[in-house]
Amino acid sequence: MSRREIRLSGEGGQGIILGGIILAEAAAVHGGLNAVQTQSYGPESRGGASRCEVVLSREAIDYPKVIRPDVVLVMNREAADRYAGDVSPGGTVIVDSTFVEEVPDTVGRVCRVPITRLAREHFGREIVANIIALGIVAGLTDLVRRDALERAVADRVPPATRDLNLKALDVGYRAAAEIPGPATP
Amino acid sequence: MPVKPGARLMQGNEACAEGALAAGLSFFAGYPITPSTEIAEYLAEHLPARGGVYIQMEDEIASMAAVVGASLAGAKAMTATSGPGFSLKQENLGFAAITEAPCVVVNVQRQGPSTGLPTSPSHGDLMQARWGTHGDHPVVVLVPWSVRECFDLTLHAFNVAERLRIPVVILTDEVIAHMREKVVLPEAGSLVVEDRARPDRAAGPALPYDDRQGDVPPMTVFGDGHRAHVTGLIHDRRGYPAGPGPATEALLKRLQGKVDSRPELVIAEEEETADAEVLVVAIGCVARSAARAIRLARAEGIAAGLLRPVTLWPFPGERVRAIAGRVRGIVVPEMNLGQMVLEVERVAGGRAPVHLYPRVDGNLITPEEVLGSIREVARG
Repeated sequence: MSRREIRLSGEGGQGIILGGIILAEAAAVHGGLNAVQTQSYGPESRGGASRCEVVLSREAIDYPKVIRPDVVLVMNREAADRYAGDVSPGGTVIVDSTFVEEVPDTVGRVCRVPITRLAREHFGREIVANIIALGIVAGLTDLVRRDALERAVADRVPPATRDLNLKALDVGYRAAAEIPGPATP
Repeated sequence: MPVKPGARLMQGNEACAEGALAAGLSFFAGYPITPSTEIAEYLAEHLPARGGVYIQMEDEIASMAAVVGASLAGAKAMTATSGPGFSLKQENLGFAAITEAPCVVVNVQRQGPSTGLPTSPSHGDLMQARWGTHGDHPVVVLVPWSVRECFDLTLHAFNVAERLRIPVVILTDEVIAHMREKVVLPEAGSLVVEDRARPDRAAGPALPYDDRQGDVPPMTVFGDGHRAHVTGLIHDRRGYPAGPGPATEALLKRLQGKVDSRPELVIAEEEETADAEVLVVAIGCVARSAARAIRLARAEGIAAGLLRPVTLWPFPGERVRAIAGRVRGIVVPEMNLGQMVLEVERVAGGRAPVHLYPRVDGNLITPEEVLGSIREVARG
């Protein structure tokens, strides 16, 4: 795999950074790729813009940040306004339609999923929206294998929430399978 | 690519803490501050479990004082902080230098001055790391550019500190410290771990600063039966205060000479410098951007090379000077308004023009930005 770039964005408290860590760990430790994960966040523990970037490659990774993302996840309006337009041609923008109504013009394929609403409906808890989002990202791309991602989720979430998070991941994969259109790189 | 045994996704700060543990860290005192906090968190969990002592102090001044005290009592000691705390530690860094107390200080740089931007990277503390405490003093400053190097250089920092009885600074930044990367750490048994020389007990009580056998006196520690006395005053071999005169000059020159007389301390890595017409000099996270930039430049026919000082201090001046004699120009991208560029200009000595590319908005310089500077120099 040549260099692939993923940007996950939303606000502090949505689990954006943990989502990126899990994705990078799945690809690096269980998927055999090189991976770098970086983050950008404000001094607040909740609220404020949160952004997490993952770069995957078979080659050594020099510049650790995203240059032109292949996959962009936007979990709120501000993130959609700032990042949806950055996606590379042929790339994928995954939008949490619970919070985002309008998506700016983009050259990528836009996939709207009510991610946070799915979390509420299935689990009564918004806190697993990040893991549902991960399932969607992985389901729409060939970045990581499902078993690799499941292992990384199980390793990185609190043990008492392991089953909950694995179910959330499954909800994400199923949501991805329902999205019409071709599989994207 | 097959998964290598032991491959894991690790954060720079965690790797730094692991490097300290591998070096035999036995005492950590600190005051948590973004973006260094994970070092304290990691060691709070793992150091006591290995028989070491972790103390969260009331502030950064006290934590540096505790580190020096622990070192004087025989411990391998470290603290970790960011810019605001690094400023507070300067007084006791000087105390470590004059008392020849080996210790390691990690400064994860964030945008300053003052409280600045707590969660944003910067390289604003380069000169402070060299000259932050008053008076002439020896210091070695190491700058990692990867998670693996956070491990390697922390181990190395302890070895240099112990070998020379000096404080060693690890100067990292928010990008490298918070970045997670795939790493495979070396087996514990394969590592070289150095410990400070101690006086021979059979020879009777030793003096604390006996420099008659070499410029690094074997270290007496409180409680080992040898003479132990410390003071921040200029002192003689006994550790007693000394007045102005030849002994004072000899002490200052001996301390500074620990670093100046050991060119083997200088570490620099080079990529594609042999035929370079444009040289980029960059450190830490900026060097990651520069490494990509020289590849992009070569793809469009510009022979660019990278020199990365791993020891910022002592600076790899001889290598930069040698390359400066055969390039069209030198680009120095920096996340400050021009600090390392002063040293590059000094050592280049007019052999090549030196171009600063500064960025201070709290974001990492991009490969495209470095490439732009390379193009300008190549066009002349």
